[in-house]
Formats: sequence, C-alpha cells, structure tokens
Amino acid sequence: MIWLSILVFVLCVVLIVAALFAIIQRDLMLAVIGTGAVSVILSILFLILQAPDVALTEAAIGIALTTIIFIITLKKTTRYEE
Amino acid sequence: MRKVFAILLLGIFGYYILNTVLNLGFGNEPGTVGKHYLDSTINNIGCVNTVTSIVVSYRGFDTLGEVTVLFLAATGLGAILYDKKSKKREIQHASLIVRVSSQIFYPIIVLLGAYVFVHGHLTPGGGFQGGAIIATGVLLMFMSYRTFETNHNILSWIESLAGILFVSIGFTGLLLGHTFLENFLPHGVPNELVSGGIIPIIYIAVGFKVGAELTTLLDNMLKTIRQ
Repeated sequence: MIWLSILVFVLCVVLIVAALFAIIQRDLMLAVIGTGAVSVILSILFLILQAPDVALTEAAIGIALTTIIFIITLKKTTRYEE
Repeated sequence: MRKVFAILLLGIFGYYILNTVLNLGFGNEPGTVGKHYLDSTINNIGCVNTVTSIVVSYRGFDTLGEVTVLFLAATGLGAILYDKKSKKREIQHASLIVRVSSQIFYPIIVLLGAYVFVHGHLTPGGGFQGGAIIATGVLLMFMSYRTFETNHNILSWIESLAGILFVSIGFTGLLLGHTFLENFLPHGVPNELVSGGIIPIIYIAVGFKVGAELTTLLDNMLKTIRQ
C-alpha cells in the first residue's frame, strides 16, 4: 500500500508541474501537449481511486479529442501567445 | 465602497464553504442515498453496475438532457462551419508506419468502443465512453489518410434514429408504467449480457449517437484547415 501512496504522490506532483507548464508556456502547441499530459495523469489517478468509468471518459475525451480540437484551433489561429 | 462590499461577500462565502468542507470529512459519505443505491440496485433493476443503473435508470432523464446538450453543440458547430461547397481535407498523408499501423488499429479501436457500450451494464463504461472511443478510432484514420471519407447522410441518420429510439423508449415506459423511462422490460438474470431491462438498449442507442456526433464534429473541423 505504501508504494501506491508514493505513486499517487509522485503523480500528483507531476500533474501540478504539467498544469503550471501549460499555463506559463508561451508556445501554445506545447501548452496543449501539457494539458494532454495532465489528462493522462488524471486518468491514471482516477483508475487508482477506483473510478474506471471516469478514467475511460478522461482517456478518450481528455487525451484524444480535446487535444486534437485545440490543435485544429491553433492551426487556424496563431501558434504563439502575444 | 464596492471593494469593501465585495471583500465582505467573499468572506461570508469563504466562511461557509470552509465550514462545510471541514465538517464533511474526506472520503466519508454523510448521506444515505449512496448506500441505498448500492444495496437495492440488483434487486430493483437487475443491473450489476451501480453507476450505470444510476446514470441510465434512476437519473435517466439527466442522461437524456446530456445527450441533447451534445447534440446541440454538434449541430451548432456544424451550422457555424457550414459551407455549400463540398470540402476536402487538405492535410497530407501520414508516413508509411503511421498509415499501416492505423489500418491495423482502426478496427480494434472500433471493436473496443462497441464492446464498452454493449457491456455498459456489466463492466465500467457505457454509451458516452464507447462513442468517444469510436470517434477516436475514426480520428486516427482521418489523420492517416486524406482520402478516408465518412458519409454524412448515414451518420446523421444514425444519430437521429438513436435519439428517437431513446425518447420512444422513455415514452413507452410512460405508457406501460407510471414514469418516463420506466424499466418496463423483464430484468433477467443479473450479470448476463441480456439483463437489466431497457438499460442495454438505451446505452447502445447513446453509444451510436455519441459516436456519430463526435465523428461528424471532427470531420467538420478537420475540413476547415487550409494549407
């Protein structure tokens, strides 16, 4: 159990770092990748917290569809934040 | 004056929210509703997945609302991006490795999505998750092959028929029983594929509807990119 707690702690730290990266980053394409990383870690955390339904939703929508829709939007607008 | 008022209001809100959060206790469920659902779902509905039984049966009307919201979002996006000329995607083909592996993975991903929404009342997942997984598989093909096309007429027919099926099941429950979306079919043996009354039918309809909607949405968006 102690290993699971350590894993959850590490995942939470990486989650916060990735979220901050997504906020601070000027290159919006990298920021979108950061939000994708947040979704990956969130989905693993949901699985550890025994919510596989939510983990499936997060994996399909958060990682794949949202990232792609953001990238399409960036393709139509500008890539760098002013 | 306005700032003082705002700070005062925020303080009051903060006090009550903090009070509630401190009294709640992390992980302890103070109410008794969840326990009731956990105890009585199998006897009342014959569905082993309690989450699914709440989403589709106890709170089925909310699910109908969610499906409607998704439908309106997809329709609105289609209306904004509507163009009379039939457009083509202009992204170039992906590399050979991506193309070959996406041809291998596409049927597997679609099969996984279908599995997730057909087994929604037995295993985690359901209509929304299955539909989103199917849309992800189609997205893989969209990005690998420029020539891969979906038929929008067929997709909108699937979408409409699935929506009509959901609403008509609800009204049948109203006619045969007492409430909208009442579980009027025999419940069957729990933990079998054909069990849980109307839950599998509704989730299959929701799966088709969400898959068709998200596929149309992605196709509409990808077609607007110009090189």
